[in-house]
Amino acid sequence: MTLRMVHCVLLTMKQFWEEIEKMDKRAFLKSAALALAGSLYLMGVAQAADTIKIGAVAPKTGPLAAGAAITHWPNVRLWVSEVNARGGLKLKTGRVKIELIEYDDRTSPGETIKAVQRLATQDKADFILAPYGSGLNLAAAPIYAKYGYPQITSTSITDKIGPLTKRYPGIFFTLGTTTSFAGAVADILKKMVAAGQIGKRVAMVNVAAAFGIELANAARPIFKKAGLEIVYDKSYPLGTQDLSPIVKGAKAAKPDAFVAWSYPPDTFGLTAQAKIQGLNTKAFYTAVATAFPAFGGKFGKSADGILGAGGVNPDTPEMQAYFAAHKRVNGKPADFWASAMVYATYQVLEQAIEGVGSTDRKAVTAYIKANTFKTVIGPIRFKNQNNEKFWTVGQWQGGKFYGVSSTGRPGAKPVQVKKDW
Amino acid sequence: MDFIITGLLLGGAYALIAVGLQLQYGVARIMNLANGEMLVAGAFGAFWVFTAHQLSPFLSVLVTVPIGFALNWAIYRYLMQPLVKRARNHGQLEVDSILSTFGLAFIFVGVMVAMFGGEYFTYEYLARPFRILGEPYALNRLVAFAFSVVVCICLYICLNRTRAGLTIRAVAVNPASAQLVGIDVPRVSAFAFAMGGALAAAGGASLSTFLTFDAFVGVIFTLKALVIVIMGGVTDTRGAILTAFILGLAETFVATYVDPGLTLAAAYVLFMLVLLFRPQGIFGQRTS
Repeated sequence: MTLRMVHCVLLTMKQFWEEIEKMDKRAFLKSAALALAGSLYLMGVAQAADTIKIGAVAPKTGPLAAGAAITHWPNVRLWVSEVNARGGLKLKTGRVKIELIEYDDRTSPGETIKAVQRLATQDKADFILAPYGSGLNLAAAPIYAKYGYPQITSTSITDKIGPLTKRYPGIFFTLGTTTSFAGAVADILKKMVAAGQIGKRVAMVNVAAAFGIELANAARPIFKKAGLEIVYDKSYPLGTQDLSPIVKGAKAAKPDAFVAWSYPPDTFGLTAQAKIQGLNTKAFYTAVATAFPAFGGKFGKSADGILGAGGVNPDTPEMQAYFAAHKRVNGKPADFWASAMVYATYQVLEQAIEGVGSTDRKAVTAYIKANTFKTVIGPIRFKNQNNEKFWTVGQWQGGKFYGVSSTGRPGAKPVQVKKDW
Repeated sequence: MDFIITGLLLGGAYALIAVGLQLQYGVARIMNLANGEMLVAGAFGAFWVFTAHQLSPFLSVLVTVPIGFALNWAIYRYLMQPLVKRARNHGQLEVDSILSTFGLAFIFVGVMVAMFGGEYFTYEYLARPFRILGEPYALNRLVAFAFSVVVCICLYICLNRTRAGLTIRAVAVNPASAQLVGIDVPRVSAFAFAMGGALAAAGGASLSTFLTFDAFVGVIFTLKALVIVIMGGVTDTRGAILTAFILGLAETFVATYVDPGLTLAAAYVLFMLVLLFRPQGIFGQRTS
């Protein structure tokens, strides 16, 4: 029985092919091609109807890649996986899953611009997540504005928020201004002086790179106004392999407080050197990367009492859930500063898209300007495209980096006097 | 006065960075722009050995040095030797090897990012103060300095007191003439190139005890090594070692008595002066 069936099938196929041989081959191929194209198109349309395209461009190589690997990309991954696990974003037409398109901008502003352009014109992304770092965000802002994409920045700290928000109606800032970061440190030191915990002498060093220079320049007049005396004021090149002359010089100036506007490699290096040379001050501050889990991991108990840029309130239920999810999805912990803000901006985007119910970028941008959003770091409300409530200074206390100073976020812990190494 | 000790410690670190490139450029005539990446790979190896297995990072050298040697030997044999064979003159080989190793550097960075991720790597090893004449110095830097001295002495003995070293130095001075006296130049070059890579890996392991690394910092070390090798005189290993110490002392002097922000500027001013007034390098021989 089966043999007959097979024989029949083979015969039918042979006849079918003979028919095709007789037919005009070209016509056949043409119609076959059309049928194939038609079905692919239908598949494509069906696909497009089910997904929303989100673009993401940030460094995966180059000088800022290490920072982006800790603060930026894990949150992209976390957000997309959480949203898609829920079934996708809820539009008026139904739930749509996120189709993520990633690009490496190699820490080069030219590449960031090219990637955003490509996402807008070729990939036809519905929304594009903001780039990493102040420089790359500023470079890409004109392109975001040209194509009408909202640019909710999270790792962009600048004093030019006012002019930038005027020029680019779709840009939003969340992490704060350079001046407020320097000012918060000055406030803490001023309070400690007033409480009699430390004297007025401050040794200040900075890395000779963009953010370090900006912070130092902002800090000098603010420190002076706060009644602090800068007894040591030096900068060093990025990538310096030996920081001991600087620590030695700072120690020789007999400071009561040590402030370093530093980048990750020198944040680690200066702290290690200060420990070895016994630079004991009751206030010790290093800037970027103090909030990295690796800092607490490297220095253990010695990290306690060290102040740094940023901070969060890690004890809220939202933050605890966020840390757990981050660890689960990425296999590594979030940092104690910008990580949560990066994720929060994605929550803002998500709630705005769902609030509008469509991928209308103009409507979503307007929605972001007009509403309050519930995020892992608390409620975010933009005033003139700026979030005015952010953490400025944190301190390692008991193995965690807690926010000790903010411009309006609750849960700041009291500043502790640092013990000797 | 203690800037001398600090300067010597820094010089020891610089010697480890430079000596590998000196062998590769001075003997094998390959300007290996991927040298820094070998160093970072050695640092990653040490980090892994220390954090995953709680062993001294210096033990990682037992594994990374042979692997570095084999890997660099293969790179020379299969990627560089064809360039050497077809180069009609020294200049063409320089250009070819620069372009080729430049690409190799990116390949290495990509592999390291895939294996270790893009974040910073740092650990605490012997981060205790050790007092010399009453001043505290980092114990890990002192140990790295001792390691560097041992390596440099071994290298000196190998190169200047053994026959194998004699053949290596002969190839460095004049490969064409070396060929004429019966030295197997391709083989010696491959050996020197491999040795250079192995030394870079060992240097990386040593430096990782007190520096913070990520997959992308290799280029900084390549640049430093390049400056030291050219300043010291390309063909002589002793030149590279001595120049490394001179540079370490100079930079520390500037950082201590002038301004820490001028250390890089001082290093490059020295470099430019050497290029202007003694282009064959401080210890180099003027070629006839």
